Amino acid sequence: MSVVEVTGLSKRYQTLTAVDGLNLSVEAGEIVAVVGPDGAGKTSLFRALCGLIAFDTGSAVVAGMDVRTDMERIKPLLGYMPQNFSLYPDLSVEENLQFYGGLFGVPKDRYAALKERLYRFSGLAPFGGRRAGNLSGGMKQKLALSCALIHEPKVLVLDEPTTGVDPLSRRQFWDILLSLRRDGATIIVATPYMDEVALADRAVFMHLGRKLAEGTPEELRRRYRGRIFRLAVDPTAEQMTRLAGIEGAAPYRFGAEVHLYTPADMTADRVRERLAACGLTTPVEPIAAGLEDVFIQLMGAQ
Amino acid sequence: MDYAVTVDQLSKTFGTFTAVDHISLTVDYGEIFGFLGANGAGKTTAIRMLCGLLRPTSGTGTVNGFDVNRQYEKIKPSIGYMSQKFSLYGDLTGRENLRFYGAVYGLSNSRLKDRIAELTAMLELTEFIDRLTGPLPVGWRQRIALAAAIIHRPRIIFLDEPTGGVDPVFRRRFWEILYSLADEGVTLFVTTHYMDEAEFCRRISIMHQGKIVVMGPPRQLVAAHGLPNLQETFIHLIAERPVDG
Repeated sequence: MSVVEVTGLSKRYQTLTAVDGLNLSVEAGEIVAVVGPDGAGKTSLFRALCGLIAFDTGSAVVAGMDVRTDMERIKPLLGYMPQNFSLYPDLSVEENLQFYGGLFGVPKDRYAALKERLYRFSGLAPFGGRRAGNLSGGMKQKLALSCALIHEPKVLVLDEPTTGVDPLSRRQFWDILLSLRRDGATIIVATPYMDEVALADRAVFMHLGRKLAEGTPEELRRRYRGRIFRLAVDPTAEQMTRLAGIEGAAPYRFGAEVHLYTPADMTADRVRERLAACGLTTPVEPIAAGLEDVFIQLMGAQ
Repeated sequence: MDYAVTVDQLSKTFGTFTAVDHISLTVDYGEIFGFLGANGAGKTTAIRMLCGLLRPTSGTGTVNGFDVNRQYEKIKPSIGYMSQKFSLYGDLTGRENLRFYGAVYGLSNSRLKDRIAELTAMLELTEFIDRLTGPLPVGWRQRIALAAAIIHRPRIIFLDEPTGGVDPVFRRRFWEILYSLADEGVTLFVTTHYMDEAEFCRRISIMHQGKIVVMGPPRQLVAAHGLPNLQETFIHLIAERPVDG
């Protein structure tokens, strides 16, 4: 059963088309990652879903209800975490939770149990008395998520909740998302990190208000056209110039080695031959395309 | 041996809180050094000391040969600094921003004109240099911020999360630009939360609660811990230590 159904959604700001006839269907209990550059339309899409902006054409339906006409009934089901979530830096962790609990009308007799559950998820219990402004970046984002979860929403819309957060805190944040999903939550989350996309059930790549591609992380990886070879070459400027001379191939430096992007019909042996012609004898190892390679290729094709 | 950065037992405390706790490292000229760590590990405090913006509590260090304890006023003009919150003036164009920063660094008008033309070509800014920077997409703003940070041809550039919020196409191009700077002998001292970017560095250090936990070439660190990639290695190294909010 689809919990979120977006059909032909468009949103224009004067001459700019932020969202351009977008379709998106999200099943109950699914985590969908949304990836796209600045200006792809992610934030407009999320705001439209949460009834925060009017859109021009198309429809958005959450839990069977139209966001244009039924927002009051949808609101209790929705948890929205905008890109710059405003915690109150002068209030403690606990006071922030209390405030959002009050705002969303969480019954007093339910609040204590909810708070305990969120503390268990987030590991924030020892910091309950600390001012939110004095938390580290990762902890702040966990508190912001906790505040968005205080009314037990069934559908979470999270706009880049982990941007600028370190890898361990991001992993812990996703552990929370995965356990919320096990409890039946449906999650739409924008992220710039492909390692997070790999943890989602499905991903949507967006560009200029449209969908570039959609699928499970594995399906998306298979969308890559071409091959990639890892070369154990010290990537000096001189070596890079020689490699750039190989016809039809594009060399990119990756730290202490080079990745050579080639057309699909290239083989490791032919790469070796061509390297030998440049006077290079170096180990050549084919590697699998990552989600980022696919994204870059799809964007480049636009 | 001439190093871009040398640091020995450098510390910074704020009241009872130790932000940087006896760190030591050296960085070569032309090296791309990845300075990694969890949020709140002390990276930004350390970088601020290296840039001459903050006095160490104890320890010694040099940047471009200048002493961080005594010659910090000489450090500032000799380095470039691009921070995660680097503020271009949004109501000025890219060119006006670059003129402003060039003037701050004391470049003459004619040299500044040539330098802006050179950077515009190198960073592919032609289409954007005369637009207001405020409404530009993050990726272009960041390239102009990089141009501002290197307007005076510093030999060392400190980049504090330069690619936060930038899409993969821009990130990859940004790193090609960083490599070409390194080829010219410029030292890049970079913080990032993207572990793929950390693998672009020649060496990295990982900081946790003010201390440097490990340091070395990224692939060597991954191999030494027997984990599949740097992301898992980072998580392993930090997670096994107690966390303080």
